[in-house]
Amino acid sequence: MTTIGERSSYVSGLGQSAVGRNLGRTEMSLTVEAITNAIADAGLRPSDIDGLVTYPAGGNGTAKGGFGGPSANAVQDAMGLRLDYYSGSSDGAAQLQALVTACMAVATGLARHVVIYRTVTESTAQTASGRRGLSLGDTELDGEMQYRLPYGALSATTWLAPLAQYHMDRFGLTREQLGQIAVVSRANAQLTPYALMRGRPMTMDDYLAARMISTPLSLFDCDIPCDASTALVISHVDTAADCPHVPVQINALGTASWGRPSWDQYEDLASFPGRGPAEHMWQRTDLTKDDVDSAHIYDGFSIIVNLWLEALGFCGTGESGAFLEGGKRISRDGELPMNTNGGQLSGGRLHGFGHLHEAALQLRGEAGERQLPRQPEVSVVTNGAGSTVGCALLTRGLA
Amino acid sequence: MTARTTVGAVLPLRLKPYVDADNSAFWSGGADGALMIHRCRSCGSWFHPPAPVCRNCQSLEVGPERASGRGTVASYTVNVQPWIPGSEPYLIAWVELAEQPGLRLTTNLVDVEAEDVSLDMPVEVVFEPHPDGDVWYPLFRPAPGATA
Repeated sequence: MTTIGERSSYVSGLGQSAVGRNLGRTEMSLTVEAITNAIADAGLRPSDIDGLVTYPAGGNGTAKGGFGGPSANAVQDAMGLRLDYYSGSSDGAAQLQALVTACMAVATGLARHVVIYRTVTESTAQTASGRRGLSLGDTELDGEMQYRLPYGALSATTWLAPLAQYHMDRFGLTREQLGQIAVVSRANAQLTPYALMRGRPMTMDDYLAARMISTPLSLFDCDIPCDASTALVISHVDTAADCPHVPVQINALGTASWGRPSWDQYEDLASFPGRGPAEHMWQRTDLTKDDVDSAHIYDGFSIIVNLWLEALGFCGTGESGAFLEGGKRISRDGELPMNTNGGQLSGGRLHGFGHLHEAALQLRGEAGERQLPRQPEVSVVTNGAGSTVGCALLTRGLA
Repeated sequence: MTARTTVGAVLPLRLKPYVDADNSAFWSGGADGALMIHRCRSCGSWFHPPAPVCRNCQSLEVGPERASGRGTVASYTVNVQPWIPGSEPYLIAWVELAEQPGLRLTTNLVDVEAEDVSLDMPVEVVFEPHPDGDVWYPLFRPAPGATA
């Protein structure tokens, strides 16, 4: 039997900073708020923390688009932490690579209480510089970007729109079916205190009337840049008796890259690179898709949700449109409640970590007003698309 | 009757690649009207983007070879958002080259209106030089007889 080392780890603490637009806060201020909250939530002190991991690597802070947040080094120094392990990387299983790395640090014994965090200040950065395309300030492009960006493919919207068009032309996906992701997420956001779109409900007609960004994706198919930091404490299961919450165990990780790790070169235009991690994750567990009580699916753009639903096997390839039809199935009281915090489409672009945080919160049963009526026991989290993808299965309590 | 979407043939700005030993043929072939795509001399398979190794058989005996310049639209999008300030809507496409299934590149479609584009539409390469004259972007237009 394969060793499933990630089961040595559980989520002991959850921390969320303020979430908003143009908060006027520095990335370090938001990060420290989230981490401080997560450590306190775990019933720990900063001196108990011996590991620190972030996604991505440092170097893309507010002055460079606000995508990156502060590096692990910078946070260690600011908070005066004494660490046995630290890391930050953009390679790997998307934003969830921070969780993967933390699990590995815990499983190897390099650390026992690892803080993972993700900070974005994209709202502040884009307000300062305007919402423009990627790399426009660069003189010359290298790597794979040189084969897309010269054609005005200056946003991930344009890298995913062809997959949406393909699903529409080949499988009959309709805008109304795709729109259920945005509409259901918006409804969920009405129950989420920090959601950017709380207090701003949206109908299918509103969705259909929105301006196009890159056909067939319109404004509400795209997530909303924000300022925020999200942090979790990942601890060794040996410490679970001291945790003041129901432990949320890491049941299985999906980290594989089996096809071309690319936005435009993945072999099967009906799918995407998330197919690899999804299958990998199911190979590492006896749980199946039928055991999943809530889904927290990466939604930088709506079509990514279709692709993940199909990759995870909740429906067949090309069948996500029918799966989403009417929206009932993915609603709070449906068979697969999805993105219960409003996701990135209506909650704010917490960039992967919002989904991880929400999954753990729902599994604990601590989601307050938005707690699902049927207490989830198993939740799936996915992050990323294109060249960066990963997923994880979490359980309420220790197996 | 909806208005037809006239798409821009030329972007106000095209970012430039950093030209090196692996990609120089791809980016300069247009000067001779040639779409240069990497091919393995051991197993014969084509691949893109160019690399110093064959992704099918790992042979190092690889290099650029002139492709036919013909292909079909694998998928596409009409970009509307002006990421480049002042840009008009333009067509971004993934074109599959005739040489091999899955041999694909991102490009722009030109000389066609958005409503006339469809999956599998036959297209052929045309080249647009960068104003500096040292880089040629392969773009695609409908092949003769491709649209009604």
